[in-house]
Amino acid sequence: MTTLIYTTCLGLFCMLAEVLNLRKLLVPALIIGLSAIFVVNMQQWGITTPATIGSVSVSHMIKMDNFAIAFSGLAIIISILIFILSANYYKDEQNQISDYLSIMVFVLCGALVMFSYNNMAMLFLGVEILSISLYIMAGSRRFDTRSNESGMKYFLMGAFASGFLLFGIALIYGASGTFELEGISKYITVGEIAPMFYLGVTMLLFAMLFKVSAVPFHFWSPDVYEGAPALITAFMSTLVKVAAFAALYRLFSHCLGGTMYYVEPLLIIVTGATMMVGNVTALSQINVKRILAYSGIAHAGYMLLGVLSSQTNAASSVFFYAAAYAIATIGLFAIAIMTFKSNHSENVEAFNGLAKKNPFAAALISIFMLSLAGIPPFAGFLGKYYIFSEAIRNGYVTLTLFAVINSIIAVYYYLKVIIAMYSQPANDKTLVIHPTYMIVAIICAIATIGITIVPDMLMQILK
Amino acid sequence: MMTLLLLLLPLVAALAVLLVGNKMASRVALLFTVVEFGLTIYAYTIFKQQGPDAFVFFHDWISSPKISVNLGMDGLSLVMIGLTNFLLPLIVLSGFNREYSNAKTYFSLMLLMQFALIGVFMAYDGLLYYIFWELALLPIYFIALGWGGKNRVPVTLKFFIYTLAGSLFMLFGFIMLYYYNPNASFNITDLYNNPICSCNQGWLFWMFFLAFAIKIPIVPFHTWQADTYSESPTQGTMLLSGIMLKMGTYSLIRWLLPILPAGIAEWGPLAITLCVIGIVYASIIAIMQNDLKKLFAYSSVAHVGLIAAGIFALNIEGLQGSVLQMIAHGVNVVGLFFCADIIINRTQTANINNLGGIRNIAPRFNTLFMIVVIASVALPLTNGFIGEFLLIYGIFKYNTWLAVFAGLTIILGAVYMLRMFQNSMLGNTNENTQHFADLNWSETLVLGIIAITIVIMGVYPKPIFELVQPSLDIILNKALAK
Repeated sequence: MTTLIYTTCLGLFCMLAEVLNLRKLLVPALIIGLSAIFVVNMQQWGITTPATIGSVSVSHMIKMDNFAIAFSGLAIIISILIFILSANYYKDEQNQISDYLSIMVFVLCGALVMFSYNNMAMLFLGVEILSISLYIMAGSRRFDTRSNESGMKYFLMGAFASGFLLFGIALIYGASGTFELEGISKYITVGEIAPMFYLGVTMLLFAMLFKVSAVPFHFWSPDVYEGAPALITAFMSTLVKVAAFAALYRLFSHCLGGTMYYVEPLLIIVTGATMMVGNVTALSQINVKRILAYSGIAHAGYMLLGVLSSQTNAASSVFFYAAAYAIATIGLFAIAIMTFKSNHSENVEAFNGLAKKNPFAAALISIFMLSLAGIPPFAGFLGKYYIFSEAIRNGYVTLTLFAVINSIIAVYYYLKVIIAMYSQPANDKTLVIHPTYMIVAIICAIATIGITIVPDMLMQILK
Repeated sequence: MMTLLLLLLPLVAALAVLLVGNKMASRVALLFTVVEFGLTIYAYTIFKQQGPDAFVFFHDWISSPKISVNLGMDGLSLVMIGLTNFLLPLIVLSGFNREYSNAKTYFSLMLLMQFALIGVFMAYDGLLYYIFWELALLPIYFIALGWGGKNRVPVTLKFFIYTLAGSLFMLFGFIMLYYYNPNASFNITDLYNNPICSCNQGWLFWMFFLAFAIKIPIVPFHTWQADTYSESPTQGTMLLSGIMLKMGTYSLIRWLLPILPAGIAEWGPLAITLCVIGIVYASIIAIMQNDLKKLFAYSSVAHVGLIAAGIFALNIEGLQGSVLQMIAHGVNVVGLFFCADIIINRTQTANINNLGGIRNIAPRFNTLFMIVVIASVALPLTNGFIGEFLLIYGIFKYNTWLAVFAGLTIILGAVYMLRMFQNSMLGNTNENTQHFADLNWSETLVLGIIAITIVIMGVYPKPIFELVQPSLDIILNKALAK
């Protein structure tokens, strides 16, 4: 609970900074503030007393269990890395920086709610806080038509999904008479289930699948990723994806686990289709942001395998996978943003000959790409390994085999960038990588290798 | 302790080479590989006194699903590590007096490769083994992509995806083994001692066999190989053909035979047939080849096909022959590709029809090349002879007809090797070869060491047999227990 309150205050501070003329201090203040919040967040570890505001108990709304704290910690770290990048990214838009950053902090607030909700109403609020902030950020380049298109598309589709979400919650409430996760969970186990309830669960599931961009609800994601400013794309493909997955996972592990028999066939088809469509469509893309959007869809498919396994506490596997994926993606974007900028292009050709111009940056990108492709000794491999083992333990052998085949397909488009860097002639555009970007990339690379060496550090916390 | 030192020294070396800069890179790499080889010999003397127990290293790594850093060396591992560490200095030395762009990365990648290969041969935990197996793919891919020929991009892509595809099936197979295993572990002794239901072994066999068959390669999974060999830089080809192929055959012995005996009983006959078909097929293609590197590549397919066939024959002669032949082939093929590199480098052509007459102007090269060729043809008193003899004898005990076809490899091998030698070395010089300079000191050293090894191994192979016999007995027992 404190995590959420402090983060909200931080967001408000960002807005005030504009008035108080503290723009120069904004990014350092944000990073220090978030680091402090990270510590505060971690201090709540293992404390089981119900959350309160003053003397009023809010535990029926929000429950800071270990699951929530772990994911909040991950989300805060992701945000810190993104904010380090933002200092340089927004250096030409100083008069709007505080607006941008405060909205991004509010995205984090939405995510924090989505990690810790204990009530369907809070789920809806969390999703909305996150989404509305993102609609603005996706369209934040006002004079860029692609950014406008991106914001508009995301908003229209997202609003539709929100409608589904709300309707689903209403139907569930109609059947069970409660918004609370425990109450609904009890309703499933105890008595007769009204047909209306199943309809509600289905609609809720559709809405959440939209948010994680699972097939067939994925059409928005490549267009939105491509049009949005690159930093926001990085934010969407890491923090937002992690948040959506954690919310979906929490839904099944805390509440709807009893309906698994009903949604299982649907989820299996969606999982298989998500992996397949994401990977196969990515093969023919030339725009790196679109490649990452489709690869993000494919990764959503692998993480859905984890959601399917939610009955045997696969939380740590999903957590590890999400962490590995997010870290590699941020590192990738850190260097890609600079490459895009210097080439005025977001296509794979922008990476041509990078190994000659800047071998170190090329090596870092290779690490991130190979990690995303799931090749040892990088974190992505262990993530896949955990997810696959968990799925096999739950009996989804054929689906796992299908996932394995998909990982093979995926290698092709990840290698496309590596090949461009190492075997194409360099162009004459100079590439200057700002030190802050390099620092973020190096941190991510160390983390990508580091969490492979000591994976128990992450894997044990959710046992 | 010795185990860790042997494993980690190449990794340290890889980082050190990156730091010393391009000029010194090759020399520092050579220094480290020679030290590593010295360590291997020292490890051998320890092994002679104390046996494999002296090399056990165990440390917990991941608690659930349980993976541990479980390293060790029995005779089989030691022989394979010996091959790796013997060849690496030669491979590094073969890169002397050549110009490479960004040499420090080039040599660093080779050392990283050595690290991964040693890891593969040392790992006694399934998943750890898998990680090293995959890790070995990365340096060789970047070597081929960064320093390869002009057609390298599609070729290396095919190579990478092909081998990775096989490996991922193996990963799936390992996870299944973990869950079928009552002890829920990847530890090799647990996997050996708790055979899983034979109903599941059939399809699991394919999960592993695919990975190994692609790496070895066994026909019809060989299509990546010839192009990759001819597009890779010479050192890359040497690493691939000399050591990396042996990863596949070693893994057949270490991981497939003892763990899935019922699977072998079910599908082994098909596998051995594929191997023998591959031998004949690759030999015939080799006869048609005019490109030196491709010719050696197909001859390599034929030779490793024979090795794999010997393994699936499931008798001690076949296994012994396969181990000996792995070593012999590793040494010989490095020699062959080095000779090809020397010829291509000096004449700018790889086509044997455009060569000729080199014997007259480069007598030292001629002698050493001749010895390597003779060994590949498996003449008595060379290292190729004993291995191939044992292999064919092993296959003969398994099935006479298969042995007849497998035996063709010796005849066909003589045909394409001697044809190659005749066209390229004998006859009269032409405009390509008339300025052919004889070997310089580093080239003489590499080929000289290889030639001496060929003869010593051919005359006195007993130490290798003694080393691997206990391991092979254990493995064969498991493989035959249904």
